[in-house]
This record gives sequence, C-alpha cells and structure tokens, in this order.
Amino acid sequence: MTPFTTITGPAVPLMRANVDTDLIIRIERLTGTPRESLGAFCFEALRFRADGSEDPACVLNRPAFRQAPILLAGPNFGCGSSREGAVWALIGAGIRCVIAESFGEIFEANSFRNGLLPVALPREVVAALAQAASAGAALTVDLVARQVRTPSGEPTGFTVPPLRRAALLEGVDELAQALKRDPEVAAWQMRDRKARPWIWLGEEG
Amino acid sequence: MPATLIDRLWDPHVVADLGEGWALLHIDRVLLHDLSGWRAMEEMRERGLPVRSPALATATPDHAVSTAPGRTGESYAPGARLWSGLRDGAARNDVRFFDLGVPGQGIVHVMGPELGLVLPGASVVCGDSHTCTNGGLGALAFGIGSSELVQALATQVLTLRKPGAMRVRFEGTPAQGVTAKDLVLHLIGRLGASAATGHAVEFAGSTVRTMGVEARMTLCNMAVELGARFGVVAPDDATLAWLAGRPFAPRGALLDRAIAAWRGLASDPDAVFAREVAIDVAAIAPTVTWGTSPEHAMPVDGVVPSPDAAPDAARRTAWMAALDYMGLTPGAPIAGTPVDWVFIGSCTNSRIEDLRAAAAVLRGRAVAPGVQAWAVPGSESVKRQAEAEGLAAVFRGAGFAWREPGCSLCVAANGEAVPPGARCASTSNRNFVGRQGKGARTHLMSPAMAAAAAVTGAIADVRRLAA
Repeated sequence: MTPFTTITGPAVPLMRANVDTDLIIRIERLTGTPRESLGAFCFEALRFRADGSEDPACVLNRPAFRQAPILLAGPNFGCGSSREGAVWALIGAGIRCVIAESFGEIFEANSFRNGLLPVALPREVVAALAQAASAGAALTVDLVARQVRTPSGEPTGFTVPPLRRAALLEGVDELAQALKRDPEVAAWQMRDRKARPWIWLGEEG
Repeated sequence: MPATLIDRLWDPHVVADLGEGWALLHIDRVLLHDLSGWRAMEEMRERGLPVRSPALATATPDHAVSTAPGRTGESYAPGARLWSGLRDGAARNDVRFFDLGVPGQGIVHVMGPELGLVLPGASVVCGDSHTCTNGGLGALAFGIGSSELVQALATQVLTLRKPGAMRVRFEGTPAQGVTAKDLVLHLIGRLGASAATGHAVEFAGSTVRTMGVEARMTLCNMAVELGARFGVVAPDDATLAWLAGRPFAPRGALLDRAIAAWRGLASDPDAVFAREVAIDVAAIAPTVTWGTSPEHAMPVDGVVPSPDAAPDAARRTAWMAALDYMGLTPGAPIAGTPVDWVFIGSCTNSRIEDLRAAAAVLRGRAVAPGVQAWAVPGSESVKRQAEAEGLAAVFRGAGFAWREPGCSLCVAANGEAVPPGARCASTSNRNFVGRQGKGARTHLMSPAMAAAAAVTGAIADVRRLAA
C-alpha cells in the first residue's frame, strides 16, 4: 500500500448527499475491467452524457478540478455496495483523500486498506471548505499533524483511529500483521472447538 | 453490567483486544460469490496464501451468472471467467462449492441460512454489503471489501471496531398489505440512509417477535441501507423451528448444546443502547421509493416531494438530481405512475414467503399489457419448492417470466438489465442511479406491491387491489 502523509492540491466539491459506490463505479466495470484501469470510469454516470460525450456542466469535468487529489462530498459518501472497486477507481482517477461529514462504513474500511484517506468533519466545516475550494483554493491534508489547511483560514483538526493512521503513514499490510498473530488465532480456535463444536463443520468428532 | 445482544455476539469472538474498541475478531463463516469471491481466490493464489480454515468457507455463483432458463456458467460470457475462477479456487482450497442447478446454489444470503450454514451467534462475512441479511437468524453478519475478504480467508480474523448498539423497536400489528419491507423502507425514509452509521441495529419489539424468520431477514437485509454494517434479531423459538433439520445445522446432542447457548443471545431488559427508536407500525402504509436513495421512501398514497422540503442543502441537491433522473414531478401522486418492468427477486425478497405473498396477489390476474415481469427465485431450493407448491404456475399463468436463481436485475451484473429510461417496480434493496441498468428508474417496494404494479401496469396500492 502507498503510504499517506501529506497532500496539497485542488479539491473538487461534489456536495450531494448519499453518493453510493454504484455511482462511483458501475458494476459491469467490475467484471470486465482490470483494477488498474478503473480510474477512467470513475463517476462515469455523472461525467458522461447518454451519447457518451463529456458533460461540461459536471463539476468533475471542470479543468480546475481534473487533477484534484481531494474530493469534498456530502454526507454518507460511499454508502451502498461493498465493492472495493470504488476505492480503486477513485485512486485511479487521482483522488487520495475524501472529506465528508460521514462515510459508508465498508467504503471507509476499504479506503484505509488502499491508501485513500477518508476525513470526517462537521457539515459546516465541509461546506466552508467546499466554498474555498470552489473559489480556487488548494487544500492541504496533513495526516501527520491531523489537519486540513486552506491558504487563508485556520487549520482544522480531524481524528483518525490510531491503528488506521499508523497503517497509512507507514503503508502497513494489515494481512501480514494479522498473519503474525496466528498463534493467538490457533489458541482461540482450540478453545472454541470445545465450547462451540457445532461451528466447526466437518471437523466435529 | 447489563449487556446488549451486540455485546453477546461480539465479545466471544474477540481473539485479541487492540484497544480503544478495536479487536482482532474471529470469523466463523466466510461466504464467497462469483463477483468478489473469485477475485479473492485469485489474489490468494497470486500471494501463495492458503485458506486458513476451509471447513468454515462456502462458495456459490449468483451475481454474474445468467438467470435465463437453460443457463450455464458460461451463458453470460463476461461472467464465465468469474464463475470458473470461483469453482476452481474453491476446489484448489477445499472450500465447498454449490454450482448452478444444484440444491444449495442461490443468492449467497439466501443459500447460507437455507443450508443451516449460518447459525445464531456465528460471525459471518461475505464480500457483499447485504451480508447483514443473515442477522435475521441472530448471527453477527457483515459485509466486507475484497482486501478484508482475502484476510478473512487467509487468517480467519479481521481488525474491526466494535459497533455501537442501536435498537429499533417495531410495536403493534401492521395493517393489511403492510410487510417487513414496508416497515424497513418507512424506517429508512424517516431516519435517513446514514442514521445507523457506526452502529449495529437490533430489530426488536412485538412486531418482530411475531414476524416470520424470512421477514426478519428482509429487515436485517436493509440495515445497510440505514447505514449499519450489521442488523440482527435475537433468536427465539421461531428461529429454532426455521433452522430445524437444515443440512449443516447441528443435530441431536450437539443441537441441544447449541440451543442452550443460543438461548442466551438476547439483550438484557436494562441494557443501554447508544440510540433507540420506537415505531408504531399501525400507522405505516405500504411504502415505495420515489428517488435514488432508499431514504427517498414515501407512503404509496402520498405525493412526490418537492426539493424545497429537503432537510438540508446536500439533500436538496440530491433530491433535485433524483427527481430529474426519475422523471417525476413534485406534487404528483406516486400511485398511478406507469411502470415498464417488474422484478420480484433479490436477497431482500426472493425467499419462499416472498413468492407466496406475490403469488397471492397474482392468482387469477394477469400482467398488464406492455409490462415485462420477472420472478427470480433466491435459490435452487426456493425455486423447486415454489414449483412444487404451484407458485411457479401462478407466476407463469399471470404472464411473469419464471427464471433461474441469482441476483439478476437487482444489480445487473450479469447482462440482465432494465433498459435506459424504463421504470421498474422492484423488490430489491437499492434504487441507486443505474443500479438496475444504465438510466434505469427503480421504485423499491414489497413483493405484494410489485405484483400489484405488474397487474395494474402502474405503482398501485395493494390494499385497493385486494378490496
């Protein structure tokens, strides 16, 4: 996983509520497109018109935001389907951080696993950041200091679970970490086979 | 200290306490389907990782396989690689696999409970957000992403934060024509699609206690549309009766021991919840959605809302986009809106009781001219039972297509899709933009309401139809 420390750049404001992962990446892209190529299809239902042409009215298509590494969003961003392809698509499209009032929980977990930082901030703060970003301000998201900064305003602090923060800063592979604890898992399972033998299908007796 | 049901499900699975509410949690069941399971199996192979506890894993294709009569795993060409990849990955790792045409195959959240693989008190994961469906049996069941799925297979543990406990109590007797689907759509409409974020939702109250187990699964299925990763109902006699004799459920002395443990799976009377909501169900009408989030729910006898009534700016923006996408006018009655398609199926509403409810409306009636109506049973076993009970004949006789089990039009991952601009009355769980196909317009509702829409050719109040 690519570590995350600090990024600075334009932030694209997509300030509607309940943006779901189906909207971020369509299902048929998950059966036919390699993971590395999903970025081109990120938000395709918003970015393209029915005839396949780009919709210039879509904020994601504005020249100022095309290379934006930060996405500002309405509450409950990433709700819905568990598809990790939504995170891969965002990363493929150059997004490294999403700032919103709240996130779909599975999306949030998937984000941390892939080096995409979800930052939860109060509604008014996200709205103020969106206003600044719309006016052209570059934002800085600093995971070391746990701050979002604008060129003019006061820095805004945010919280991230310490385990997740450490993993992002160092680019830790959680699976490898868990494998190291296998003796504890084995001991737990040994006890559980006695306590709940009905769980252990085909291993009873 | 008084405990909630969530405490009683979570705490025994903690292998290691990581502090601040985080834990390494043991996973008792890993369920795999062709869309996410295939990818996980591939990644395991690439990384040279074996499945940690193969006896605890089960696989079946459901998402990217055709549901056309006579289908094979290769009927939908883009899904063929996923189907064979899942099958071969399962074989390579000694994971049990239920292939097309075999009893046991089906939508993963239908087949798991049906086989007795999912049990009260078990921790269950699947690379699918609707894994919470399994909470209807009293399981600690939740959806995960691909990376978490690989970890669950390789290590049998996941790093998770314990959710807060939220309780929703449905009290009273629902009016005629009002089902679990109506209750949960009403709930989401009232509280919003992120009301339960960070929480596990226990569904309780007199309505839930007298509700069938399959209806409880419908409630828990939609917990994720309320923002919760987990939905759960405390197991009781109805749960035990429903599980009795299922192939992988315990028997004899082992069952007696299991039941003794399951009896303790309930919240203490004085348990404290982070959030509690009580709902009088008598006041709830058959409920449908008008927009592109499950929180866009309304009584079928109501009118399409105006964005001016939206509670905040982000929702106002979303409502305007939703009205435009759905082609609806604020102030117009939702009933009478013509539909082009009807879909009865999905992990929300494709079990035998759902099919019975729809068939009861369809008996002696016919699908309206110009409406495409599909019934897609949730599993091979549900399909066979429905055929044996004569339900399939009712569906066919009314003009429905009777199809093979799978996810089909709920998620349109298998080439089956509602055409652009077409309007679909659907028993599925999500009315998202493009969910049932590019440009497709979805109205979520119960099986009886979808049947009523099929025969009238428009969104209709099933209570009036019955009169």
